[in-house]
Amino acid sequence: MIDFGFSISKSSHIQMDDVDLKLFNKLEALNPDIKTCMSCGLCTATCTAGNFTDVSFRQIILMLQRGKEKEALQKVKKCMMCGKCMLVCSRGINTRNILLSITRIYNEQNI
Amino acid sequence: MIVEGKQKIWADYQKDIPDDHYYYVRSCIRQSFFPASEVTFLDITRNKLGKDFYENPYHTTCGGIAYHSDSIPQETAMTIIARQFALMHESGYENYVCSCITSFGCYTETLETWHEFPELEAKIRQYLWDSCKKEFAKPKYLAHSSDIIYKFRHEIAKQAKFKLVNAKTGKPLKVVEHIGCHYAKMFPSKGFGGAEYPHVLAGMIEAWGGEVVDYPERRQCCGFGFRQYFVQANRGYSMSNTYKKFESMEPYEPDLIITNCPGCPYFLDRWQYVIAEQTGKTYGKNGYGIPALTYEEVAGLVMGYDPWDLGLQMHQVAIEPLLDKMGIEYDPKAKYKGINNKDLGTPENPINIKIK
Amino acid sequence: MKEHAVLIIGAGPAGLETAYQLKSLGLRPIIIERNDKIGGHLAQWDRLFPSSEEANKLLERLKEQVKDVEIKLNSRISSIEKEGEIFHVTLTNNKTYDVSAVVLCTGFDLFKAEKKQEYGYGIYNNVITNAELEHYFKTHNDERIKEPKRIGFVHCVGSRDVKVNNTYCSKVCCATALKQACEIKEEFPDADVYCFYMDLRMFGKGYEDLYLKAQKEFDIKCVRGRVCEVSENIEGRLVIKAEDTLLGTPMKMTLDLLVLMCGMEKAEGVERIQNMLNIKSNHDGFIENGDTFIGLNKTKEKGVFVAGACTSPKTLPDTLAEARSAAVEVYRYLNS
Repeated sequence: MIDFGFSISKSSHIQMDDVDLKLFNKLEALNPDIKTCMSCGLCTATCTAGNFTDVSFRQIILMLQRGKEKEALQKVKKCMMCGKCMLVCSRGINTRNILLSITRIYNEQNI
Repeated sequence: MIVEGKQKIWADYQKDIPDDHYYYVRSCIRQSFFPASEVTFLDITRNKLGKDFYENPYHTTCGGIAYHSDSIPQETAMTIIARQFALMHESGYENYVCSCITSFGCYTETLETWHEFPELEAKIRQYLWDSCKKEFAKPKYLAHSSDIIYKFRHEIAKQAKFKLVNAKTGKPLKVVEHIGCHYAKMFPSKGFGGAEYPHVLAGMIEAWGGEVVDYPERRQCCGFGFRQYFVQANRGYSMSNTYKKFESMEPYEPDLIITNCPGCPYFLDRWQYVIAEQTGKTYGKNGYGIPALTYEEVAGLVMGYDPWDLGLQMHQVAIEPLLDKMGIEYDPKAKYKGINNKDLGTPENPINIKIK
Repeated sequence: MKEHAVLIIGAGPAGLETAYQLKSLGLRPIIIERNDKIGGHLAQWDRLFPSSEEANKLLERLKEQVKDVEIKLNSRISSIEKEGEIFHVTLTNNKTYDVSAVVLCTGFDLFKAEKKQEYGYGIYNNVITNAELEHYFKTHNDERIKEPKRIGFVHCVGSRDVKVNNTYCSKVCCATALKQACEIKEEFPDADVYCFYMDLRMFGKGYEDLYLKAQKEFDIKCVRGRVCEVSENIEGRLVIKAEDTLLGTPMKMTLDLLVLMCGMEKAEGVERIQNMLNIKSNHDGFIENGDTFIGLNKTKEKGVFVAGACTSPKTLPDTLAEARSAAVEVYRYLNS
């Protein structure tokens, strides 16, 4: 291969046709309250770990829905399980349980 | 696809182009990229259609490349443009036709800006007087040279020796049309057919017997982008845009790409080589690329000009498969011969894309 | 009290309700309607948000209320001359009326989707409008809707959009989109349904519940981001581009059906009547109210009143409430 000093960059578009939502659907079946998230940002604003790292519950959920699983799991790792997001969520989403489910479901698949 | 829907839009976006007496200005880069395109345009319009086209030897660059690369401020670009208008006025013409899409965009933007901000026009008038002792008159009509070919596309079809049809099967060739961004994206009303479904090239394809391919990334920019291309490290960005277009048009198996911009045909042509060398992938049949031609070159082929006189050997992608499809005879030995049989040299054979 | 005649222009929900209330107050309403049937847009709709009540049920109730009212269908006004307190009205068929007040209930037009060229309405087969989807729900007759696997709804088509000169919110599209999304999901339970919104404006009674129901029970996926461009692939399926603005990433997806939530625009032809009555429009084309707070049903012209979506986009409950208050204003005016 000739080195031209530049190469084709990957498109930043998420191609939703190629996103496999099998695991997310499994997660959603176990935690139907995920569906009601409206990205208000309360969870992120109040997050203890989020003050120092890039963890954000609402972003984790969105990333999983858009096939950005690796990035989402990197964020999950930074959670300290304090439960503050569960306390503030205005949709009453069981965030703590969802984070544990994510770890279980996605780690089984070695993502 | 509902063609009537497009036809309705095309009918809404028509513009007045006068019938004759045009002041023609060339492009800085097209003459080296596609050396015969502008000559062919002038030969077709002057000698085949009998139109009056005047060229002024004092014409210079419009400043578009410098403007879009952030090298000069808009006032400077406008003063350069004001000088071109002054030359047109001195030559006794009022219908301005430019060969370059970026120039067309700059001229349109300048005229619209002056319309909205007359005080800026007055300032530029002063700048031009201070620097050149010239006074300008704005053109009565501004057109891109593809508008002229579009206007006379049916006359060209009447004189055609070949059609955009597969001579063996009788089926229309599948043709991708690619419009330069600065043709109508900034001012949709200034382009034939508007910005979303431009008709300027589609109209030529239809008139000359081809079938227009509308593929998902049709509206996507070729990726030239001035600054993106000029800096080597950024070229991947430029090429990635072209790559995206080819990936999107691939399932339609196009026979030809027709363009109306200086940059687009160059990059749609050359990047096919780089993409092939980097990925091993080619988009034409049997290891060839898809020819990406200017509308003048296509008009020239249709009207029976010799492909080598049209400078088609200057394209990276081999043109021969298209010539064979159209039933155009050519002398393979003459491909790399210049004027008076001068040897132009033969290009090296790339590994992953066939060039002959 | 003398039985004053009141001319109501438009036989949509606003006109019908105004007529009923005026009649109850002892006045003589006359409704002029340019179409061949009454009900306006309501007659084209299948079910109504937020409760999915049948549109026809409401229409029948409104019709029942006005069965003794004089309604002139297929009628257009050719002139209105004011003489003292009386309006001399002439229809194009030369019939004349002398009335003591006029109520404009001229409603709205749906935004013409083809104006947003990038969405390809009228060009790509599977791009339809909210009104066409309602028609499908009513008739189940639309060749474009056959077992769609993935469906998209675009909110704010022709609303909140400087490019089409409509800077206002049309108020009903968010709730309509979620209602229609649930209904189509009900028909095609295996389909993925996406709503592309900028803000979900679920302000009315029961709307937020509809939003929750759409998420929870119907698994409607709401994506915050406007669709920028629609095209067609070789199989004739639609390819759309949008940004997931909550994640900050552009996305692309293939759809089998795209529904454009066309907003409200000033009704065509109303300006002609406004000119006869010397009534102005706001910059958005809708009729100007007499006052922002307590004179909503009045205009700057004495004896001319307004009700419903002719002054700005409105929901049905708002339209009907305005119709009732318009009747009271007219009554007060004629008795003062």
